[in-house]
Amino acid sequence: MLIRKPADHLPSDITPESVYFNRRQFMLGAAGLLLSAETLAGLNAKKSPLSQLASNDKPNSLKEVTSYNNFYEFGTDKSDPAENAGSLHTRPWSVLVDGEVAKPRRFAIEDLLKFPLEERIYRLRCVEGWSMVIPWVGFPLASLLKQMNPSSRAKYVSFETLQRPSEMPGQRDAVLEWPYREGLRIDEAMHPLTILVVGLYGNVLPNQNGAPIRLVVPWKYGFKSIKSIVRIRLQETLPATSWNMANAHEYGFYSNVNPEVDHPRWSQASERRIGEFFKRKTLMFNGYAEQVAGLYRGMDLRKNF
Amino acid sequence: MTTLRMKSPVSTADRRLAIGKVLLFIACLSPLTRAAWIVLSGEAVNPIEFITRSTGTWTLVWLLATLSMTPLRRFTGQAWPLKCRRMLGLFAFFYASLHFTTYIWLDQFFDWHHIVKDIAKRPFITVGFAAILLMSPLALTSTQGWMRRLKRNWGKLHRLVYPVAMLAVIHYWWLVKKDITQPLIYAAVLALLLGLRLWWRARKA
Repeated sequence: MLIRKPADHLPSDITPESVYFNRRQFMLGAAGLLLSAETLAGLNAKKSPLSQLASNDKPNSLKEVTSYNNFYEFGTDKSDPAENAGSLHTRPWSVLVDGEVAKPRRFAIEDLLKFPLEERIYRLRCVEGWSMVIPWVGFPLASLLKQMNPSSRAKYVSFETLQRPSEMPGQRDAVLEWPYREGLRIDEAMHPLTILVVGLYGNVLPNQNGAPIRLVVPWKYGFKSIKSIVRIRLQETLPATSWNMANAHEYGFYSNVNPEVDHPRWSQASERRIGEFFKRKTLMFNGYAEQVAGLYRGMDLRKNF
Repeated sequence: MTTLRMKSPVSTADRRLAIGKVLLFIACLSPLTRAAWIVLSGEAVNPIEFITRSTGTWTLVWLLATLSMTPLRRFTGQAWPLKCRRMLGLFAFFYASLHFTTYIWLDQFFDWHHIVKDIAKRPFITVGFAAILLMSPLALTSTQGWMRRLKRNWGKLHRLVYPVAMLAVIHYWWLVKKDITQPLIYAAVLALLLGLRLWWRARKA
């Protein structure tokens, strides 16, 4: 048997006894729990007033949120991420922010965790026609971008996921062109609903949900909310996005949740909330129209799907 | 006094076939039992999607198994594969019916307007629907009676199983969003099974 001895053990690396004996809880939290000190106390997040936006919707259970995931870096089945993401090391971790900014900077994950954290209960709508309600913990992307003093040429923001096939088995197949890429227009990125997420249900983000830091854009289909981010780049040109590169006919740049514009494979008029038997009607912009419709005034959303 | 036992009219070969068929029946039913267990125990996070996928997968498996019986007979020289063929074909239809019912009932909840639109608009649903339509007459005419009544036409009719299998593989292929490894495997097996037949025909001619 191979016994690997870690180079240096931080006290926080050691699993607390209570976690060790509470195995079920432990399995659910997966690797994220092992690695970080902030877990032990839970994330200290204030309830945001924006958290109330989906408050009529009952959040899905932790089990549902953490065992039914699309994260192709760990496999294409929805059960794959929960099974395979334990191999991902989320410490050390840094996010490079560069491009059209006064001073590019590499943020250590520890720096990012110093942003004031908020809980946001958001609806998540997958392009495949299912949805969930998730209590995320994070902070507005705008607070990070503002720190960077974007130049007037910063019209778009592009994002990249970690590429590390040794820990992300799905990347060993060219299912998509790695690393996974996503992008937003600058006003979408600066919108107060757009957040960088570091946790859910008050705890550190499990690996299968995009640890240690991911994007959440609640009025867009789930795949726009890129996971395990290592690079954020402000730029003048429209960023390439993975699903658009893979199949431009089916996945546009905007990918706003829109019940009136069908995907070639799935009608988008309705959705099945995980845990519910009957389908429910899909809401324009996933129910956030009041907040975001203004961003798209005058645009043909059939063309700019 | 010794009693003379009448020799059973059922030969050992027949008895073995009967036992084999019972075992095959249980094997064919086991994926359904497993799926039911997973759903009832609450293990599937999205049960309707799970049932749809599981019944779809097993329709394909039993279809390909049905098509394997003729080659198996030729390679082994045994008669039993052909005697199991009808059961396999009927199980393929059984799983296809469950698959279709899941779509109509659990997924769309008898929203006929939407179902008709879906079939017309989405190519993968169109071919899936075509496949089950073509399968139905095969299931209906699977009895001895229909075999007798249709005579030589029975064989002709049942060649519909080839387009059915092709449509089923295409249905799966077009449904997959990105990673086509799985449909590719089914397509390869089907190509082999149909290729063998073409090869035999070419050699005979």
